[in-house]
Amino acid sequence: MNRVVITGIGIYSCIGKNLDEVKDSLYKGRSGIVLDPLRKQFGYRSGLTGYLEKPQLKGVLDRRARIMLPEQGEYAYMSTAEALRVAGIDHDFLEHNETGIIFGNDSTAQPVIEANDTVREKKNTMFAGSGAVFQTMNSTVNMNLATIYKLKGINFTVSAACASGSHSIGLGYFLIKHGYQERVICGGAQEVNIYSMGTFDALGAFSIRENEPTKASRPFDRDRDGLIPSGGAATVIIESLESAQRRGARILAEVIGYGFSSNGSHISNPTVEGPLRSLNMSLKDANIEASEVDYINAHATSTPQGDMSEAQAINEAFGACRPPVSSTKSMTGHECWMAGASEIVYSVLMMQNNFVAPNINFGNPDEFSAKLNIADVVKEQNIDVFLSNSFGFGGTNSSLIVRKWK
Amino acid sequence: MNKEEIISKVNEFLIEEFEVSADKITPDAPLKETLELDSLDYVDLVVIIEGNFGIKVQQEDFVAIRTFDDLYNYIIAKSSQTTVA
Repeated sequence: MNRVVITGIGIYSCIGKNLDEVKDSLYKGRSGIVLDPLRKQFGYRSGLTGYLEKPQLKGVLDRRARIMLPEQGEYAYMSTAEALRVAGIDHDFLEHNETGIIFGNDSTAQPVIEANDTVREKKNTMFAGSGAVFQTMNSTVNMNLATIYKLKGINFTVSAACASGSHSIGLGYFLIKHGYQERVICGGAQEVNIYSMGTFDALGAFSIRENEPTKASRPFDRDRDGLIPSGGAATVIIESLESAQRRGARILAEVIGYGFSSNGSHISNPTVEGPLRSLNMSLKDANIEASEVDYINAHATSTPQGDMSEAQAINEAFGACRPPVSSTKSMTGHECWMAGASEIVYSVLMMQNNFVAPNINFGNPDEFSAKLNIADVVKEQNIDVFLSNSFGFGGTNSSLIVRKWK
Repeated sequence: MNKEEIISKVNEFLIEEFEVSADKITPDAPLKETLELDSLDYVDLVVIIEGNFGIKVQQEDFVAIRTFDDLYNYIIAKSSQTTVA
């Protein structure tokens, strides 16, 4: 069995366009949530969303590469370019050393809608243009990054709702651990355009605290009223310890556990038992006791039911030791397909800089979150081991455990 | 539209769409190599010609179009057919 280490991380999110900006936001508890009036005009019940600037890729990528990239692909290019820089990996290395890519992505709404609108209007499919097909497939992030970076290893997309990014890292970890790959670029990407979240808004799952956008995402707080959709992309480069040491890479952390489960229940209503099995499986895989976990980055999205169930699951597994818990979604909103990967990046940044990011807007606990040790303000502390949860529609659960490299 | 106007318009959208510098476009220059066209790019070339001149273009027609001058002449011929029709 190979040990699996993280040698590169990169991020492009509503709380920062690179690692430095994001680290600063995490420490200061800065929210990236805004009210978008266009969403209201479009018919959204809630106009709240994470806001991020579009990257400027003209002059960075050639025309052919750019016209095939959808919005979330552009974010993923930015986060991956940063992660590769951190890992000390360049184009030449990737061309000559087999490297895989498994990215989490579960929609690409805008290109699908716009291409079909064009075809409907022109009555000619060709007017969709040559880039559309590559933007409209769910594997768009994978196919684009694999082409840009000339990757030669495994290459597929994980679509697992809001656990996509987490499972992408878990699967990459398994492939390396068992010797099938030396190095995998993992991550998650999430589009933020107006077409991407309308059907989710339809469920009434989003917060309508529109008069206070930065206070609207309040995971575990008694007065939470729903999540805020958000997005961007995060990249986590993992490789075998042997590979990292051979090329003299700086090792950031080690992935030591991956747990997964399916609730086997309702399509959107959470359970306590499903996530608990995922948590326990990750602890068993990591071969550690619950008391060895110094920090839990919760999935908690700020929905009444979801946070309540997760609080119970965490309390069940960690009630005896009560490690600090925070949901960075309090600042970022719910980054959906990206979240499982971004929250590994956020937690590694905390681990590197010895702090626990605050669960902002946590004013009053409810019956279940009162049993957790929630960090409502930034907490200076060493993190040797953290656990990150991600859960998604259909009852898919993923838990990852990461240990500091010493 | 006379030939000079057509040339000017074609060059303008090729420079914009395919991000090629103006000095590389000469009548005898090879279209494919100058614009660095791959098989996918011909779809976009057809779309911008149809969009700018309102003519029906077949991808197969590009087999015979080797230089920029060939392209100008093709568009002129197609445009006059459309006008007559």
